[in-house]
Amino acid sequence: MSQALAPPPPRMRWSSIVLLLGLMSLVAASFISLPWALEGFFTADAVRTTSEFLRGFAPPDLAPNFLHRIGVATLETLAMSALGTLLAAVLGMCLALPASGRFGRGARSVVRSLQNMLRAVPELVWASILLIAVGLGPFAGTLALAVHTAGVLGRLFADALENGSPLPEAALRNNGVRPIAVFLYATLPQTTPQILSYTLYRWENNIRAAAILGVVGAGGLGQMLKYHLSLFQMEQAATVILAMLLLVALVDMVSLQLRRALTR
Amino acid sequence: MQNAYPPPGTGQSITEPLMLAPADPAWRGRLAITFVGLALLWPLLVASEFKPWIFFDVKSLQATGRFLAAFVPPAHSSQFLLIVLEATWQTIAMATAGLTLALIGAIPMTLIVTERLSISRLGGKKMHRLPAMLRQFVRWLLILLRSIPELVWALLLVRVIGLGPTAGVLAIALTYCGMLGKVYAEILDSSDAHATDTLLRNGSSRLGALFYGAMPEAASELVSYTVYRWECAIRGSVVMGFVGAGGLGQRLDESMKMLAGGEVSTMLIVFVLLVAGADMVSRMLRSRLT
Repeated sequence: MSQALAPPPPRMRWSSIVLLLGLMSLVAASFISLPWALEGFFTADAVRTTSEFLRGFAPPDLAPNFLHRIGVATLETLAMSALGTLLAAVLGMCLALPASGRFGRGARSVVRSLQNMLRAVPELVWASILLIAVGLGPFAGTLALAVHTAGVLGRLFADALENGSPLPEAALRNNGVRPIAVFLYATLPQTTPQILSYTLYRWENNIRAAAILGVVGAGGLGQMLKYHLSLFQMEQAATVILAMLLLVALVDMVSLQLRRALTR
Repeated sequence: MQNAYPPPGTGQSITEPLMLAPADPAWRGRLAITFVGLALLWPLLVASEFKPWIFFDVKSLQATGRFLAAFVPPAHSSQFLLIVLEATWQTIAMATAGLTLALIGAIPMTLIVTERLSISRLGGKKMHRLPAMLRQFVRWLLILLRSIPELVWALLLVRVIGLGPTAGVLAIALTYCGMLGKVYAEILDSSDAHATDTLLRNGSSRLGALFYGAMPEAASELVSYTVYRWECAIRGSVVMGFVGAGGLGQRLDESMKMLAGGEVSTMLIVFVLLVAGADMVSRMLRSRLT
């Protein structure tokens, strides 16, 4: 009887089986085709150098002199992220106006694809392109953050503008108010909370991104990390990594508390 | 009070001054905010060495111009395309292998961390001290793994293992193990407790309770998140190439250092297509689940 009570197992669809086989072969092909260099882990020599490398981190460099430099680099990272986000918000707004269909459909699709392009290239790649134009230093990193984030924010702003209620706008327009005034007094106040929260959220992301952007030479904590690692100054590198962890943890905590306070 | 507004058409002397724009009632606040904003902006500009005129320096304009002029046409010799194809596959393989290793690490850690499978807390009691400590320890381990950015893991591993994709794969595996473990545990903990609790209370094994109690509800979300992370891993493995961890990023970095604009533009196009492709595949797989 118990046989009759159990429902029949669900039937597998052919497409699911094909998909699973495809996934498994992708994983297998990946493992087979990669040129693994694992002997670096298992020979006695390698174990020795690795443990030496790890032991080098042991006492992080906490000399006041060095901590001061870490503080400067941390401020530089924060400044890069803040300025990059600010530039991105301004640029994103300029892109969002045509992207929300205010200047016709053609402009909308052209600007939307431009935004997608800006967004698709990560900050780090932008930074290494901009290094050619403006040289090493935090300025390249700031611009890289601004360019990538302008794509992201531009799209979010455009969506916010499109989703706003059209009624207040139409009411002012019908009474003969100029388009700029209509935008400033009807559309913008509606979307300001959303625009602000998107911008703050991206700032949070950008602090994290700015901390590591420097590994290509674009300033901040990342540049310090790269510098000390390439000189095999492990104690200093350990301090930089600790500073990065602290910064990110602090940002996470502040944003969590802010979010809680705002939603309460 | 009702006479404060004259009837329309009569008070010529009152409508006349209204033709001028009325003063902004909030002008004091706006002005103050502008000044405070400018005062805050100044140190930011100094700290980030904000010098836009560098753009218009003749030397850098020439270098940039030459670099950008070489973007068209993109490099397209069959030999170079073959190299790019190989690097692209290496990027996909790095992401896939890294994510697989991350899964192998994340699944057992999730099973330890999730409170759904704790027997001692059944019936609203407090969890025993030892398992609670074990859970907290693994939770801290997951936090440590994911709070060091993948790029920093890659930078460190390149020093240990040497240049090449192995460092990238391990960096993805370590970071994503932390992320997957945390999110999997969150998904399981937020699933409906009724089924698993009933099974556990009636003497089912923990794995049995997981598979028959929690999984039917949580499976699609778990798989969907994993696919989304795979997409992120592809983007991440390109970026890690810049510190020498193989794949498309490493080639891109090399071409950029040689100022070979044509090669850079080809690889940027391939990269954008790759990301769009991964996005499409991930969206297709996830839409099948819901």
